[in-house]
Amino acid sequence: MSVMTMDWVRVGGLSDIPRQGSRRIAAGHMTIAVFRTDDDRVFALEDKCPHKNGPLSQGIVHGDCVTCPLHNWVIALDTGEACGADEGKVARFPVRLDGDDIFLSFPSGEGR
Amino acid sequence: MAEKLVIIGNGMAPGRMLERLFEIAPDQYEVTIFNAESRVNYDRILLSPVLSGEKAFEEIIIHGDGWYVERGIMLYKSHKVVEIDRAKRTVRSEHGEVAPYDKLVIATGSVPIVIPVPGHNLAGVLTYRDLDDVHAMLLAAKGRGHAVVIGGGLLGLEAAAGLQMQGMTVTVIHLMPTLMERQLDSSAGYLLKKALEDRGIRVLTGANTKEITGNGKVEAVRLEDGTEIPADLVVMAVGIRPNAQMAKEAGLTVNRGIVVNDQMQTSDERIYALGECAEINSTCYGLVAPLYQMAGVAAAHLGGDTTQHFVASQTATRLKVTGIDLYSVGDFAEGDDREEIVLRDATAGIYKRLILKDDRVVGAVMYGEASDGPWFFDLMKSATDISEMRDTLIFGQAYQGGAALDPMAAVAALPDEAEICGCNGICKGQITSAVTLKGITTLDGVRAQTKASASCGSCTGLVEQLLSLSLGGDYNPAAVQPMCNCTDLGHDDVRRLIKAKELKTIPAIMQELHWTTSGGCAKCRPALNYYLVCNWPGEYADDYQSRFINERVHANIQKDGTYSVVPRMWGGMTSAKELRAIADVVDKFNIPAVKVTGGQRIDMLGITKEDLPAVWADLGLAGFVSGHAYAKGLRTVKTCVGTDWCRFGTQDSTGLGIRIEKFMWGSWTPAKVKMAVSGCPRNCSEATCKDVGVVCVDSGFDIHFAGAAGLDIKGTEILGHVETEDEALEHIVALVQMYREQARYLERIYKWTKRVGVEEIRRQIMGDVEKRRAYFDRFVYSQKFAQVDPWSERVSGKDKHEFQPMATISLEAAQ
Repeated sequence: MSVMTMDWVRVGGLSDIPRQGSRRIAAGHMTIAVFRTDDDRVFALEDKCPHKNGPLSQGIVHGDCVTCPLHNWVIALDTGEACGADEGKVARFPVRLDGDDIFLSFPSGEGR
Repeated sequence: MAEKLVIIGNGMAPGRMLERLFEIAPDQYEVTIFNAESRVNYDRILLSPVLSGEKAFEEIIIHGDGWYVERGIMLYKSHKVVEIDRAKRTVRSEHGEVAPYDKLVIATGSVPIVIPVPGHNLAGVLTYRDLDDVHAMLLAAKGRGHAVVIGGGLLGLEAAAGLQMQGMTVTVIHLMPTLMERQLDSSAGYLLKKALEDRGIRVLTGANTKEITGNGKVEAVRLEDGTEIPADLVVMAVGIRPNAQMAKEAGLTVNRGIVVNDQMQTSDERIYALGECAEINSTCYGLVAPLYQMAGVAAAHLGGDTTQHFVASQTATRLKVTGIDLYSVGDFAEGDDREEIVLRDATAGIYKRLILKDDRVVGAVMYGEASDGPWFFDLMKSATDISEMRDTLIFGQAYQGGAALDPMAAVAALPDEAEICGCNGICKGQITSAVTLKGITTLDGVRAQTKASASCGSCTGLVEQLLSLSLGGDYNPAAVQPMCNCTDLGHDDVRRLIKAKELKTIPAIMQELHWTTSGGCAKCRPALNYYLVCNWPGEYADDYQSRFINERVHANIQKDGTYSVVPRMWGGMTSAKELRAIADVVDKFNIPAVKVTGGQRIDMLGITKEDLPAVWADLGLAGFVSGHAYAKGLRTVKTCVGTDWCRFGTQDSTGLGIRIEKFMWGSWTPAKVKMAVSGCPRNCSEATCKDVGVVCVDSGFDIHFAGAAGLDIKGTEILGHVETEDEALEHIVALVQMYREQARYLERIYKWTKRVGVEEIRRQIMGDVEKRRAYFDRFVYSQKFAQVDPWSERVSGKDKHEFQPMATISLEAAQ
């Protein structure tokens, strides 16, 4: 197989997301949650807690983590993995920040 | 297709079996349970603390109703099974419910033995087996009369101690010369008898009951020697018999109990039996550890793992009577080939005896100080040669190897295989590895992760020592429970420091109070935000990112990520216009479910987040504001129709309820606040289980508070009586403000009251006019900033970003 190509799509500006907050991106059947930390780093995860599909975008963002609003699972924003005693992982998407612009990338061929 | 698994009985053994089965094979079975009792699975070992009043029933529930629902289990409560039809493979309950099975588990437990002396069926003669018995005893204890407990074994003594703590005069009648003769030798039995007598319990050993006398109801117990003991209550605790009748009628092999092989199968391979009703190798078991072992074997077998077998093991006994420390294990009969080591300290009331055979421990009895019990048990199980440490063995583990007398050293010296929690079979290694690998720092964490200390709780001290051992200085059980992992400070300290240091933002608190994380966590941030809102009204700008989603978007999130919307209906009153507006909104937005709530409101469920502002806009046009059904704040004031309509009403309860609600809506509180006003003592609005309730009477208003009807159930306390509506409002507002200022975040009024004391609250609100006025004034001031309808704000565009996706993209376009 050849090297996988990445395409970057602009999904909004940094100022569109509150600090320690999140916004949703509607992407076909999927919803993606884009998070902004207190120190202006941005992460993107599928908006679906590995526990019971809770919308992570509605959780409280703290440090590098988000706490799911349904049952308080804590998910690491950089890896998408559950912290603590819980086990599970949610899909994550590469993010590029160019000035105020936020770009997400989707591996090609992953269309649905 | 899932196989059908039917379980008869819902005690601790089948409960544990199901836990294991759902771990191994979550989808293999469709489970139906028939329970003759009317409740969920609870911890029978802890019935004695319930009887003595040291625990509430809610605290001993193992599986709440939700547990069954989540696993799709059909639980029939109060359904006694009357027939097993092995040919058709069905069971039938007394109510006629028939359930087919592929596999059947019989776990009917045991029945208490009733000695058939004359008068045994008089009213007031009870056994001690389940919660109903406890309730009956508690009811009898209200009369503060005489209780006679027949049977001086484990259960009988726990019952005696419990009844005595409930205020009864108690006599224990025991047939044998010493108490608990199956577990204790005569010396320990003597010390135990003395300790009970010191507490005021009369103990008669070597006493044979001849008859129970009384006219329709028990009045006295007469012994063989003619002694007559007055009795308003007689508890028979002389032993149990496996409940195997139904199995016998179904043609299964039954001896004393239902005969099973070491994989818990009865003579019919589709039918299993476990728990106290089962008999393995001619032995029936009654202690929890072997029953849990049976549960594990049965679960494995049902899940397809046929490699596990039940192996009989010895179990230790502990008496669960507060203040009496007693432990016994193994065999302590004297014999030519046996030696013993005895330690007596009469002043301290300590007695320890070890029984040795061939330089190995074969039994141990301890009274007064029993912390080395598990260590001796360990030496016994591992058959350790103790000849090297024989001289100091009796002093316990801390004295071995010349080590200093450090209680921690004893725990540190335990091998990884040493059993810590006997109920759940958890050894030291499992706990320490959970602590180090999973980063657990609290007792609750250990309980959640390993189940150690989660059943009878007698190993809690050991688990805590293991925690401090593994965590070093990071664990201090005596210290205040910190708010969360970001700080060592407890809620009360943080509240005090916010005021003292005039901290007015979350970052300021975290900086000044040395938070160990950069941005806090989902536990501390909402708490800090509330403390600041409460402390600095008008100055502090609410940090919405630190609020739970419900309070951020002013609706209740549901399991599928949609929201529910509850408009305010003041005092529960509504009108045709309002109902019409709700109906129109439901139609317009295709709202899938509409429900009437327990707080006299209408709930619309299944609304997408994007639709929320439009829904609110339409509701707002009809005059609705937010019902704050999502808030840690004033939720609802429930009312009855009072003097407006009711022929019994004494005051305008509806009017007062509406007045309170209009005065107090919008205020944030540590936890939700639900109120009610009833127009007469018939109390149709159920004011006496609310956070704050008013019961109207002819002469005015009785103010109640600190009730609960949720996780816990508790009747209210009386704050006091006032004569006018104005006074009622002032007192209620002052009470709530006091609660707002003092309680810990998420602490309901009844829990705060338990901590602070009813008397103290009464003193400040009823007794101290100045204090009351000051609370009232502070509440009124903070309402100036709080009474803004959050829905209309958002209809006007506030927090628009919350409700719309940032972007909509198609993935194909991305390529």
